[in-house]
Amino acid sequence: MLDSTPSTVADRVALKINPAKTCQPVGAVYAALGVHGCLPHSHGSQGCCAYHRSHLTRHFKEPVMASTSSFTEGSSVFGGMANLTQAFSTIFEMYDPDIVAVHTTCLSEVIGDDIPTIISKAREEGRIPEGKVVVHCNTPSFVGSHVTGFSAMVKGFVKYLSENTGTRSTAINILPGWVEPSDMTELKRMVAAFGLPSIMLPDTSSVLDAPATGEHAFFPKGGTTLPEIKAMGDAKATLSLGTWASLEAATLLETSCGVPFQELDLPIGLAATDRFIESLRGLAGVDVPAQIEDERGRLVDVISDMHQYLSGRKVAIYGDPDHVIALTEFCRDMDMKPVHVLTGSVGNAFETRIKDLLADSVPDANVKAQGDLFLLHQWIKNEPVDLLLGTTYGKFIGRAEDIPLVRVGWPILDRVGHSYFPTVGYLGSLRLAVEIISAIQERQDRDAPDHAFELVL
Amino acid sequence: MDLLDDRKRQVVTAGETRAVVCDRPSVAGSVTQRACSFCGSRVVLYPIADALHLVHGPVGCAAYTWDIRGAQSSGPQLHRLSFNTDIREEEVIFGGEKKLARALRELVAIHKPKGAFVYATCLTGVIGDDVEAVCRMATAELGIPVIPVQSEGFKGTKKDGYSAACRALDQLIGTGPTEGIGPHSVNILGDFNIAGEIWVIKGYLERMGVEVVATMTGDGRVDTIRRAHGAKLNIVQCAGSMTSVAKLMKEKYGVPYVQVSFFGLEDCADALYQIAKHFGDPEMLRRTKEIVKAETEAVLPELARIRKDLEGKKAALYVGGAFKAFSLVKALRQIGMQVAMAGTQTGGPADYEHLKELCDADTILADDSNPLEMASWLALRDVDLFIGGVKERPVAFKLGIGFCDHNHERKIGLAGFEGCAAFAREVHATVTSPVWSLVPRRAGKGSA
Repeated sequence: MLDSTPSTVADRVALKINPAKTCQPVGAVYAALGVHGCLPHSHGSQGCCAYHRSHLTRHFKEPVMASTSSFTEGSSVFGGMANLTQAFSTIFEMYDPDIVAVHTTCLSEVIGDDIPTIISKAREEGRIPEGKVVVHCNTPSFVGSHVTGFSAMVKGFVKYLSENTGTRSTAINILPGWVEPSDMTELKRMVAAFGLPSIMLPDTSSVLDAPATGEHAFFPKGGTTLPEIKAMGDAKATLSLGTWASLEAATLLETSCGVPFQELDLPIGLAATDRFIESLRGLAGVDVPAQIEDERGRLVDVISDMHQYLSGRKVAIYGDPDHVIALTEFCRDMDMKPVHVLTGSVGNAFETRIKDLLADSVPDANVKAQGDLFLLHQWIKNEPVDLLLGTTYGKFIGRAEDIPLVRVGWPILDRVGHSYFPTVGYLGSLRLAVEIISAIQERQDRDAPDHAFELVL
Repeated sequence: MDLLDDRKRQVVTAGETRAVVCDRPSVAGSVTQRACSFCGSRVVLYPIADALHLVHGPVGCAAYTWDIRGAQSSGPQLHRLSFNTDIREEEVIFGGEKKLARALRELVAIHKPKGAFVYATCLTGVIGDDVEAVCRMATAELGIPVIPVQSEGFKGTKKDGYSAACRALDQLIGTGPTEGIGPHSVNILGDFNIAGEIWVIKGYLERMGVEVVATMTGDGRVDTIRRAHGAKLNIVQCAGSMTSVAKLMKEKYGVPYVQVSFFGLEDCADALYQIAKHFGDPEMLRRTKEIVKAETEAVLPELARIRKDLEGKKAALYVGGAFKAFSLVKALRQIGMQVAMAGTQTGGPADYEHLKELCDADTILADDSNPLEMASWLALRDVDLFIGGVKERPVAFKLGIGFCDHNHERKIGLAGFEGCAAFAREVHATVTSPVWSLVPRRAGKGSA
């Protein structure tokens, strides 16, 4: 259906075709779901909330709960204060969460609703019961992308809840970035292997990968707890994974609670995981555990064994900046050629970083922030690739150009597995490498003429 | 379970005399399953496959409606691309009209469409963009109809969005030539062509000798909609969304309409007879009887077999519009199932009264429900099947209950006689699946 995409790239300034991003509030919802007993609340029209819940459900195949201020034409004229104060009464009476995480939308932002004022008023009126917590963040959809919305919500939790009591603990904070529940589980496993106590925010494991028990838990058992978020202010260090999703909260923890941070990439791929492990080793003051060394060795082993299938393969990588940066480095290190690299999110830093990573291996790569998938398709028409690496939305291009797609990032709307099997760490990277190799080998088998069709690859 | 006092009035059992309070905005703070006006407009117009659908607003509104609704096209696929003005802070301050005009120019240059729909969103509504004026100028400049859809999300629920979509369609209808349209001709309004359903319906009509001039909400085309006023009858299935177009066409062009449903054996037969009777052609009526007889006989044995397994099993349903609910209650009864709960997002007072008549005395009827109360009813009534959309699906599965999608993500067509068999097969497969016996709460209950 995209066969008609023209290969000549014309300047488009006003128009996006087939976006490679979505709006801030859905990121705020995802982050808030990673806090235990928390109900995300969308301060806007009810369509926003319905879309975010549906889209997250399509990705995770899990129930996703969030409430809405249900704006009407009246609220758009007179402001949404009445809606939000009513919402607090409804929420605590009906759903009884421990914490409500309010995020704004384009509508409430333009109207200019002052959320902290509304929260204090609701508290004075007794609409927020004693001991219950309300936090907020601003996520207008005309600024940033879903990734910055995620970042804003994580920062919101820190701002409202993290405290420095004056006593440093031995724990470290892990800000995992926008990754899967499976990735969060894997990160915790790696940290624990160093004997480091840790707090992860947010933590959607056991929330969006909940087991089927025959019961529906409105608030699933997982998620960072309130005391944990509070204690983040006393931690001895923060590891910020993924600049776009985590740096804001890490910075705030340092400035407001004096917790120093290390800025890292998402630990996807060999080099990025090495840097993550090196940070853990430094913080723990111990040698890298043998099991982790072995996991690294296995990843290197598979990449070496399969090098002939990876070498020189052209790949197009698209999605969220933190993912795309890590994936680009990983592909480069496996001797692949990332010739087209694109994110829908904003940030010149993205383009600079990618060009840096590819300076030696693919100096003339197409790199763009704030791009869209129509542009990516046009690039591919002009310089075809062997593999697409990114979200489900690439399947249209894959079909039009007959290119295999390995799904990674958010959203993945048409496959399962991502929420159960990680892509972070050496083990996760091994899984990803295997998917990439399999896609290439499947294609080789499919396309080989009889005489070159081989039993053993 | 505890319901807010305010909520209680929106829930009754069918045997009660009390009316369901409905047609009101959701209580702020509820986890409502409802969406917004924009969503309603987008859903109705989306299947017009050779039109350009440009979302004038933030990226989210475009991203979340990009190809999520399995409406199939027999030709162009332009509707499946996502076009968006991606409104940023600068336009929020200075207005987005210029960007919209420019986007339309850029778009038409690339895609050369037959027409364009421009959807207003909350954001462009609240910053005060005059979408209508931009569309008027673009129509003059670009030489194709560029039609504004006043679908600002805050204007209401999906139902209000349906009206906005109907007003947009009204601008297109009546602008094309009507030569060559025969006396036995119809438009089909309010199907969705999910999983190719409209082709089944069209097939019956063609065998009856009825000419289909335009379809609008499934496999639609700009040029056929422009000449739709030349048809002699409008067939309306999804009443909630399309009755207002039918009424407008009756007023403006004198085209009468019939309200039908192609879902369920009885309803489908009834629909075809109504159409045949309208044209009053004995030969057509004879052909229709033959079709109904042949098609019914083709599926009855299978339905009877399936019914044996499903007899006495319980279903719950939560759908957008009430007309879907009516058809579903009847279709479930046909395969021996009882309806323990029926709810809708947008049903009106008369709809709920009709539902009361259709359902059993103890059936729970709920307007604008939420996952918490639905989950409690599903468990309380120990149902075997839940029918709903994307947000309801995982709740059913978590409870270990069979599920049938009756919304955008349906993969199997349910219209027509063959659709009844497909529905029965789908329900049978999910209700009797051995998978549910693996879920602790329902161990041993799954199999037939």
